Amino acid sequence: MSAAAVTVGRPVSITRARILGIFFLLMAVAIALLFGLGASGGIQTRFGLNQTGTGTTAWRIPDLVVPSRATAFLLAAVCAFLAGAQLTRGFGKRTNLILGVVVFLFIFAFLTWAARDRSLNLLGMLESTLLRSVPITFGALSGVLCERTAVINIGIEGMLLSAAFTGSIVGSATGSLWMGLLGGALIGGLLGWVLAVLSIRYRVDQIIGGTVINIFALGITGFLSARVLERYQSLNNPGRFEPFAIPGLSKIPIVGPVLFDENVFIYLLFLIVVASYLGLFYTRWGLRVRSVGEHPRAADTVGIRVLFTRYRNVILGGVVAGIGGAYFTLGSVGRFDENMTAGRGFIGLAAMIFGRYNPVGAFLAALVFGFADSLQTKLSILQVPIPSEFLLMAPYLVTIFVVAGAVRKTHIPAADGQPYIKE
Amino acid sequence: MSEQVVSPPREQAPPEPEEPPQEKARWWDPLVVPVLAVVTALAIGALVIVFSDTEILKSWAGFFRHPLDTLRVSWDVVANSYRALFTGAFGSPAQLWQGISSGSWHEIQSALSPLSETVVTATPLIFAGLSVAVGFKAGLFNIGGEGQITVGAIVGSAAGFTMTGLPGPIHVLVVVLAGFVGGAIWGAIPGLLKAKTGAHEVITTIMLNYISYRLADYCLSTTFFRRPDRTDPISKPVVSAFPHLLGSDLRVHIGILVALAVAAGVAYLVNRTTVGFEFRAVGFNSDASRAAGINPTRIFVLVMTLAGGLSGLAASNQLLSVSPSLTPGFSSGFGFDAIALALLGRSNAWGVVAAAFLFGALRAGSRSMQAATATPVDIVVVIQALVIVFIAAPSLVRAIYRIKARRAEGLEIVMKGFGA
Amino acid sequence: MRLELKGITKRFPGVIANDRVDLVVESGEIHALLGENGAGKTTLMNVLYGLYHADEGEILIDERLVTFDGPGDAIAAGLGMVHQHFMLVPVFTVTENIILGVEPTGPFGWIDRRGARTRVEELSARYGLEVPPDAMVEELPVGVQQRVEILKALYRQAEVLILDEPTAVLTPQETEELFAVMRSLKDGGKSVIFITHKLKEVLAVADTITVLRGGKVVGTTRPEEADEDELAAMMVGRAVSLTVEKGPAKPGDPVLQVGDLVVMDDRGHRAVDGVSFDVRAGEIVCVAGVQGNGQTELVEALTGLRPKVEGRVALNGRDITHASPNDVLDAGVAHVPEDRQRDGLIDKFSIADNLVLDTYDQPPFANGIVRNREAVLDAAQDRVRAFDIRTPSVGIPASTLSGGNQQKVVVARELSRPISLLIASQPTRGLDVGSIEYIHEQIVKQRDEGIAVLIVSSELDEVLALADRVAVMYRGRVVAVLAREQATREGLGLLMAGVSPEEAMSA
Repeated sequence: MSAAAVTVGRPVSITRARILGIFFLLMAVAIALLFGLGASGGIQTRFGLNQTGTGTTAWRIPDLVVPSRATAFLLAAVCAFLAGAQLTRGFGKRTNLILGVVVFLFIFAFLTWAARDRSLNLLGMLESTLLRSVPITFGALSGVLCERTAVINIGIEGMLLSAAFTGSIVGSATGSLWMGLLGGALIGGLLGWVLAVLSIRYRVDQIIGGTVINIFALGITGFLSARVLERYQSLNNPGRFEPFAIPGLSKIPIVGPVLFDENVFIYLLFLIVVASYLGLFYTRWGLRVRSVGEHPRAADTVGIRVLFTRYRNVILGGVVAGIGGAYFTLGSVGRFDENMTAGRGFIGLAAMIFGRYNPVGAFLAALVFGFADSLQTKLSILQVPIPSEFLLMAPYLVTIFVVAGAVRKTHIPAADGQPYIKE
Repeated sequence: MSEQVVSPPREQAPPEPEEPPQEKARWWDPLVVPVLAVVTALAIGALVIVFSDTEILKSWAGFFRHPLDTLRVSWDVVANSYRALFTGAFGSPAQLWQGISSGSWHEIQSALSPLSETVVTATPLIFAGLSVAVGFKAGLFNIGGEGQITVGAIVGSAAGFTMTGLPGPIHVLVVVLAGFVGGAIWGAIPGLLKAKTGAHEVITTIMLNYISYRLADYCLSTTFFRRPDRTDPISKPVVSAFPHLLGSDLRVHIGILVALAVAAGVAYLVNRTTVGFEFRAVGFNSDASRAAGINPTRIFVLVMTLAGGLSGLAASNQLLSVSPSLTPGFSSGFGFDAIALALLGRSNAWGVVAAAFLFGALRAGSRSMQAATATPVDIVVVIQALVIVFIAAPSLVRAIYRIKARRAEGLEIVMKGFGA
Repeated sequence: MRLELKGITKRFPGVIANDRVDLVVESGEIHALLGENGAGKTTLMNVLYGLYHADEGEILIDERLVTFDGPGDAIAAGLGMVHQHFMLVPVFTVTENIILGVEPTGPFGWIDRRGARTRVEELSARYGLEVPPDAMVEELPVGVQQRVEILKALYRQAEVLILDEPTAVLTPQETEELFAVMRSLKDGGKSVIFITHKLKEVLAVADTITVLRGGKVVGTTRPEEADEDELAAMMVGRAVSLTVEKGPAKPGDPVLQVGDLVVMDDRGHRAVDGVSFDVRAGEIVCVAGVQGNGQTELVEALTGLRPKVEGRVALNGRDITHASPNDVLDAGVAHVPEDRQRDGLIDKFSIADNLVLDTYDQPPFANGIVRNREAVLDAAQDRVRAFDIRTPSVGIPASTLSGGNQQKVVVARELSRPISLLIASQPTRGLDVGSIEYIHEQIVKQRDEGIAVLIVSSELDEVLALADRVAVMYRGRVVAVLAREQATREGLGLLMAGVSPEEAMSA
């Protein structure tokens, strides 16, 4: 608990509860003033809930049409009520949930205001939120797998980038998208192995090890794309995985088109999120992994192979990041561009922390970041007078608030970052 | 549970007053690993160059028929690339000698031009490397150089193109200070966050890097910054510049002297002053420092502010020399190079200076190399990454060259998890 | 199961931790392994448990030669170990900790939690080891955590249980309960290896006693054939005086006054709950108590390292309630912290720098902001001589020193500046007898020079040897302050266990 010992005694949680209550109240006031008074009366906002173009769902549901100003006031009232409840009796364990609700209300009010007198396709927005969160989620899951065994993986960015490159070049060379995906996953695993060797065998500081991977990936992909891909453009044209609809499920309104009419990466994502969540918290594998992250010596004394477990998980984490990296070229853009990951790996790291080192939490956090990303493009279409630069800052600011403990103190794997020395 | 996982078992304690293994230290000992690291990185870089060249790959396909040809082609490519790299960095001695013997100042100048470029490239790296090195001394990992340089450049350029009425030297000083202040502010934020909330500086500095890029984008979209005659995002230029050192034909400027002075100052601060003692004490053991009456939170803020300021000086230096305008991507990776430099220089101010000259040479040389041999400049980034690996894992180098371990090797930094 | 160690030798760089050690543990006996700190007991057990590889020697179980490549092998062979520092994952439940490594599972490695819980409950009933199966370990008191450790070994069908210094963290009453458990294990046919340096406990519970000194076996005996003095002499290698020579105290004015102090621990619980006491010039006040009853937080609060929620603290009549650590040190308080590795030393710094860790910015060690390194080295030479710190040079890192010499560095630093109060927390923990005697002498010397001394110790022997007055802490409160003459071993033991003072004193 050295970190705790250094910081001067954190004020007891009572003050935090009060701060949150005041925050809720401010949100309520902001909604009422900005979005309520900011919209003139009698104007409506229309939210589209169907796919644009031909409706493929089993039945169409009508668009959601709400009065812009009245909605804002209603949401402000709900917010104020929650603020009052928070200040008087508090929500205890559900505080975080309520915080989420308040933020959601604020965002909904904001959208209602932003799209006043216009219509906004909510469905498209949900879908782009999901798609933009895909690489972030894979990155965050990679981080969860590594850090649960107490190896910090700051090299996620480099793993994503290398896998994006490899996915494109292998996919193009073999003419098979699946081989490209496999190549990306393997290169991710290889870099995971490198990180493992550096941090476990050679006990290089893990942050330095990860930084090396990032710099190396940036250099080598830049070098090779300048030297090879620019000359042989055909090596950078793998095509993309097409979405395929899951029969039945994809016909459900709202949920269907967003979740069940996507390409293989999204289905892999669901699979890995669920599998790693169940695996970590309900199986022998997970219990052992977590024990290695929390108290490696205890794990060692009951015969669990600490270093092996770390190697395995870091490599696995690399594979997961590799799949996420392949998404850039094979699932989204269809071509490799220099530094195309543009910091998604670091946001994944942030999502991991925000999601409390839990796969499901990490996924939800990644969705928040994906939402901010997609909101920014939507807003420029709606011509909202907020500089897009500030919206793009939002995920990073949120992350800083999270690590500064503004939301709630997270339990970090106790041995995180420390090498394990057996004898 | 503050149970030390790494600590040796208690009963292992008493190596009583026996003589510690004090081998005779030789002056080159501290240099062995860095030198071998650079050599090994260059060798691996050569392999990368060879195996990414399609011509060579074709010739390797016929390796068993014409083994010598294959090796010769490979050797030629590597040798040409590295020769171009070397002459691009240091110039050719023959040309210099010719210039001196003919007494033509013009010829001497053109012979010195590569060296001048190396120094010009190395200068900002010294500032940025010192920034990370100071952080390491206090146990802080400043990955925020990029952001600090960007914000330093925002503030520095604003000062540089607004205060036009000042006399030259004063104006230069103002830009230098403005860059320092901008970087210092951006550095102070993670310092304060760590001091007040325990937020891990690695995460906050990375996030602040991205925020700074957006901030620069935003600034460049305003009429205040935007150069009116241009459509691309570029700011109005800073109106003054560092004077050149060796005539106007060579780009080398007094920034390098400033950098060396700052390095000397940092070395003195860290090693000889009470504040430096506090930096190092907190860096090694913040708990014991606190118990001894040092306030670690104050040190965190102080160190990060200083580190940010040093990065900011890199921005000032660029604004006053080679890139007088703020642009997107102004910092062009200096913040990440800085990590390699601090590691290579072992967090020691003069070590950083030496490392910066090495990297400056690689950088400057790689530009001529790309022009001469079509080997892309990115190879230098690969070499840099490899250098960090070998520096950070001295046992890896020792394993490769089968040399014995000596004491006082390796890095003394181990980060704790992201204290959220 | 009969266990035999033959000629075990284990070397560490510069030390022979075990030197041809022979040991036989018969089935169904409690075998005490006695030795002072650094005698090699824990090393020996780590060799036996497969955590270390012996350089020489062999291990036989029921006359069969075995080799252990890791704890897994040792566990499989029927060994179980309860480490001095518990090997429990704090954020796991009791059941999870017990099954870790031998989890009952269904398909896909799915853990059968219900089955595991049932087995834990069965075992806990059979040996009288009561535990809450679904509680988080971090929320349990140490005594219960120890039971979890024992259950962990029993769950793995251990035949030989190794208990490493198990009583260090227990109250005398909890110790008695542990002895009862040990006897019931013995009756169940299991063997117990009981590692300790406490003579009384050995005599109370062991069937056989093996004494280790300097990594070698110096003798094996039975409790009925030995007495305390004899064992002590075997353990230390010479006759030891278990008491400290000191004259009567001449208390002066109160130096430290503490009133209604309340301090929170890291989790926000009231670790120190309304404590009041004072320490006078020229007397030693010992705070006795089982570890974890708020002593650590009390000392941290007094030295300014931990904020105080309520109450006041005064030094020589001056209020220092909200003083920073630096102000407290400047006001004339010397602090020998509980964990010298963490709070007392910067082990990468030289001995010389460690000796000025809290005076580095004062003359003659610095003028203004520039340090004077010659002055630091000169002072270091003097102190190394004055405090008998054994080192070849003052320029080498403090990490190269033995524990005893490291503690002397801390003590030398703290006593080398003008002070009126000395606060020392567990000042002799983990030290060899020579260093213990030296440190005790220094403490008494300070008292005789008129310094107020506050000692925190969980070792009753140390408390009884040093104290002029004893304050007993239990659950964050000072439950009694006794003059030395009133304090008896038994009475203190009961007070430390939470028995009310009236009952404890009449007992």
